[in-house]
Amino acid sequence: MAVQSPARPAAVVAPPPAPRRRRSPVTWARRGGLTNLLFLLPLLVVFGVFSWAPIAQSVVMSFQRTNLVGPVHFVGLDNFAQVLGDPLLWTAVGNTLWFAALALVFGYPIPLVAAVLISEVRARRGLFSALAYLPVVVPPVVAVLLWKFFYDASPSGVFNTVLGWVGLGPWQWLQDPGSAMPALVLEATWAAAGGTVIIYLAALAGVSAEQYEAAEIDGAGIWRKIWHVTLPRLRGVLLVTFILQIIGTAQVFLEPFLFTGGGPANSTMTVLLLIYDYAFGSSLGGDYGAATALSIMLAAVLAVLSALYLRVTKSWSAT
Amino acid sequence: MKRGLISPSERATPAIRRTLRAVQALLLGGLLLTGLGPMLWLAKAAITPTQDTLRAPLTIFPTGVDLANLVTAWTRVEIDKYFLNTVVLAAGSWLVQLVVATTAGYALAVLRPRYGPLVTAVVLGTLFVPAIVLLVPLYLTVVRTGMINTFWAVWLPAGASAFNVVLVQRFFANLPREVLEAARVDGAGPVRVFWSVVLPLSRPILGVVSVFAVVASWKDFLWPLLVLPDPAVQPLSVRLPALQRYVELDVFLAALAISSVIPVALFLVFQRLFLQSGALEGAVKG
Repeated sequence: MAVQSPARPAAVVAPPPAPRRRRSPVTWARRGGLTNLLFLLPLLVVFGVFSWAPIAQSVVMSFQRTNLVGPVHFVGLDNFAQVLGDPLLWTAVGNTLWFAALALVFGYPIPLVAAVLISEVRARRGLFSALAYLPVVVPPVVAVLLWKFFYDASPSGVFNTVLGWVGLGPWQWLQDPGSAMPALVLEATWAAAGGTVIIYLAALAGVSAEQYEAAEIDGAGIWRKIWHVTLPRLRGVLLVTFILQIIGTAQVFLEPFLFTGGGPANSTMTVLLLIYDYAFGSSLGGDYGAATALSIMLAAVLAVLSALYLRVTKSWSAT
Repeated sequence: MKRGLISPSERATPAIRRTLRAVQALLLGGLLLTGLGPMLWLAKAAITPTQDTLRAPLTIFPTGVDLANLVTAWTRVEIDKYFLNTVVLAAGSWLVQLVVATTAGYALAVLRPRYGPLVTAVVLGTLFVPAIVLLVPLYLTVVRTGMINTFWAVWLPAGASAFNVVLVQRFFANLPREVLEAARVDGAGPVRVFWSVVLPLSRPILGVVSVFAVVASWKDFLWPLLVLPDPAVQPLSVRLPALQRYVELDVFLAALAISSVIPVALFLVFQRLFLQSGALEGAVKG
């Protein structure tokens, strides 16, 4: 063992600042410096041009007024003031929160229950998880357009036909300001739940048989085992999916864009849709300043959530 | 077999066994209905005349079968062209992502230059920045560089995935050092070690990254919508919503069905890989 180890400590412990003079570019290249750089080049170029520079530019643009044609002005916090003063923003924030809340109500308990049940299946468990995951692989645009047809408001619409069997409906689904958002969330939940089920299944596989056996020796029945063993062991994952879901729902775009375009009566206008409308919604040229200002504010909120997420996963993987 | 929540003795209890069986049958029914149901309905609707689909959408056996829908969608609506665009977009994004992630992963995890940690930190930092922040400036970059309406506008930004880099870097860092050392002793240079040792050893993680890349590209909508305004280069995801306005319903549903075939087929073939990657998504992102 001792023979193989020298490579690692050398790299982990920073080499002492040897009394070296300026290394010439030639020695640098000969020692592999050039190779290192060449291997990093794709990353540096792609991230530089398509990630780091745009991020920096986004911050700058949020303080500018620009429409690509006229000259660029620095306007201080005007863009932020303009966005915060837009009554539509508060509608959009409210709707996004409403979407997130509904998504939690629909989408949080169902995958958990499904995963616990699937993990107890003995024969053909693969079939169960594959069925649960299938909606995730359907292209989202196809899913939304398909569901849009299902939501057809006429009595012979797919969902209204089903409602008709039990003597309900026809409902207006997407045309009614009250039901449009829940309809969107229902589709979004259908599309995403399988992914969460798979995450829970992986976590459930990590609960050891000994823990259940220990609980049984103490006389615990199935429900007590779920409550005292399963759920506590899933706590970390549950928190992770919770935060991931909030971060995801804060950026919902596809559903409102394709289902309703924000309507009816702005009842499905979300923050991301508003950003899109600021930048690309008008044929007269985009208000890029307002769009970037709003995306920076959204990013700040999400960064806090991401930091929280990172903290949770760190402490969770440490235990 | 490894036991789970319910102990063998509990399984032997008739009451529990019966309940369990009933619950599982219910679960299977529910999953069939929600998971497979919409897809089966779409498959049926794709070969059903419009009138049947509109009048009685839930009839299992429609009065007529109209296979011509698929042909019309494929040829006259030019789904073949958009399909090809989608495939080309996915293939290019996959290649760019793989090149960036593997070279960077190799440099950062194996070669480890002095400034490596700094690069890692800056890459990791972008994980915190939601994609929406990039939208406007990235769009302007694409406009300025003349990449609009070219596939490069989709391929290159796809490579800037911090998630991929982190995933690959972690995998490379856990490769057995002795193997790499042995290759080096045998006289293999860094490029040779990368190509003949590291990459072949990394098939599992490359599979995961590939699945993520292809699936994400197939799903992508907003970005191609912005940078590919010319219908001739648009992928299915962007074209389908526009088609809805001027194509008859049965043909439109046929087009939807065709668009889902490849991802669903890929999933059925690479099921294990998909489910593994899906689980990774929750566990590794932090």
